[in-house]
Amino acid sequence: MEETAAPGTGMPQLDVTTFSNQIFWLVVTMVVLYYVMSRVALPRIAAVLADRRGTITSDIAAAEEFKLKAQQAEEAYKKAEAEARAEANRIVEAAKAEMQAELDTQIAKADAEIAAKAAESERRIREIRDSAMELVADVSKDITSDILGVFDTKADARTVNAAVSNRLKGSAS
Amino acid sequence: MDQFEVKALFGGDVSWYTPTNVTLWMALTVLAASALMIYGARGRALVPSRAQSAAEMTYGFIYNMVKDVAGHDAIRFFPYIFTLFMFVLFANLLGLIPFAFTTTSHIAVTAVLAFTVFLSVTTLGFILNGSKFLGLFWVSSAPLALRPVLALIELISYFARPISHSIRLAGAMMAGHAVAKVFAGFASALGAAFFVPVLAVTALYALELLVAVIQAYVFTILTCVYLRDALHPSH
Amino acid sequence: MEGDIAEMGKFIGVGLTAIGMGGAAIGVGNIAGNFLSGALRNPSAAAGQTAMLFIGIAFAEALGIFSFLVALLLMFAV
Repeated sequence: MEETAAPGTGMPQLDVTTFSNQIFWLVVTMVVLYYVMSRVALPRIAAVLADRRGTITSDIAAAEEFKLKAQQAEEAYKKAEAEARAEANRIVEAAKAEMQAELDTQIAKADAEIAAKAAESERRIREIRDSAMELVADVSKDITSDILGVFDTKADARTVNAAVSNRLKGSAS
Repeated sequence: MDQFEVKALFGGDVSWYTPTNVTLWMALTVLAASALMIYGARGRALVPSRAQSAAEMTYGFIYNMVKDVAGHDAIRFFPYIFTLFMFVLFANLLGLIPFAFTTTSHIAVTAVLAFTVFLSVTTLGFILNGSKFLGLFWVSSAPLALRPVLALIELISYFARPISHSIRLAGAMMAGHAVAKVFAGFASALGAAFFVPVLAVTALYALELLVAVIQAYVFTILTCVYLRDALHPSH
Repeated sequence: MEGDIAEMGKFIGVGLTAIGMGGAAIGVGNIAGNFLSGALRNPSAAAGQTAMLFIGIAFAEALGIFSFLVALLLMFAV
């Protein structure tokens, strides 16, 4: 190998005289770059990335929470609706029952009234019949005693009465 | 090849501490990486701006790569791997600016990066696993007679790792720039038909953008793969 | 024809190393094609394997880059 020919003919890459210079500056550069990167740039970017990841995670958690809240709200709404429905049903039932009770009492009252009226009527009818019966008995007795009087049969008033009553009772029953 | 030359910024000879174009473009790499990761993400907004989004995507991309490829216990090396990725990515991308100097096209630079990874991973493997780390070379699933041969092959491929790791990156960068230079030379040589190589250079430039990102990705993911071998050598 | 025979051998060698890049091209194409056919059979598993795709491509491509490097070394350093 020829030692460092004139510039332009040899390969500058193989010019050993410049190696020390290149290596020196390379080492300086690498040390500077390493310190700049590892002390300033990389921690900063790592912090930004971690920050972003944290924000995204917390945002997703918040969204999850909101979703949960929405679900809870929906459930509460459904529950309230069901309760309202049950309440309404209950009120309707109560009203129905009340009306039924009212109706029942009214019917009972009416029945009672009717029964009372019927009893009264019955009683009156019985009275009237009794009085009519009495009248019939009186008239029968009178007529019997009159008839007996016509046939001149002397009869005891008491005997006549008993006979007539007997006959009347038998026809009445 | 003069685009790869190391020159002192203020004239004079190049000794080990001289500020050179290497210094300038490495400083710009640090500035660009910091611009994206610190200035771009300065809003610390919950809903990120475009620049902040890009910074966060880069962060998440490398973080997931380390986690998926190297495992959960590799997360403590994440800042270092991230630094590697940012350096390689921005050095590659800044190198694509016309008249720029591509620091990653130099074997010296990529070799230091790769050997740092190689040495730290090997030391880490021995510290964490002790002699069990050597099980990486002893393929216990192979027939016994084959194992010494396989061990030799594994050993060679293990020591070839930093070489391929560094030359891949430097070679890809150098190749792209050299080819672009050659095509650009055609453009001035062809005269009236200059637009053909110009179109070719445009297409090549798009390809080089892709290569710049992919090489940074590959450099990082290979670092993760080597790290996984150091953390979990048993397979 | 000017120039010495060593110069000629150098350029022939550089030309031969270019074949190596063809090999890398075949390898990368093979990996990408197989990945695609596998991904079309089982698209749901494809997303998790893109990292392996890129690692495979990187390994295959590295060898092509090595041959390119050898070409550069022959051209400029030897």
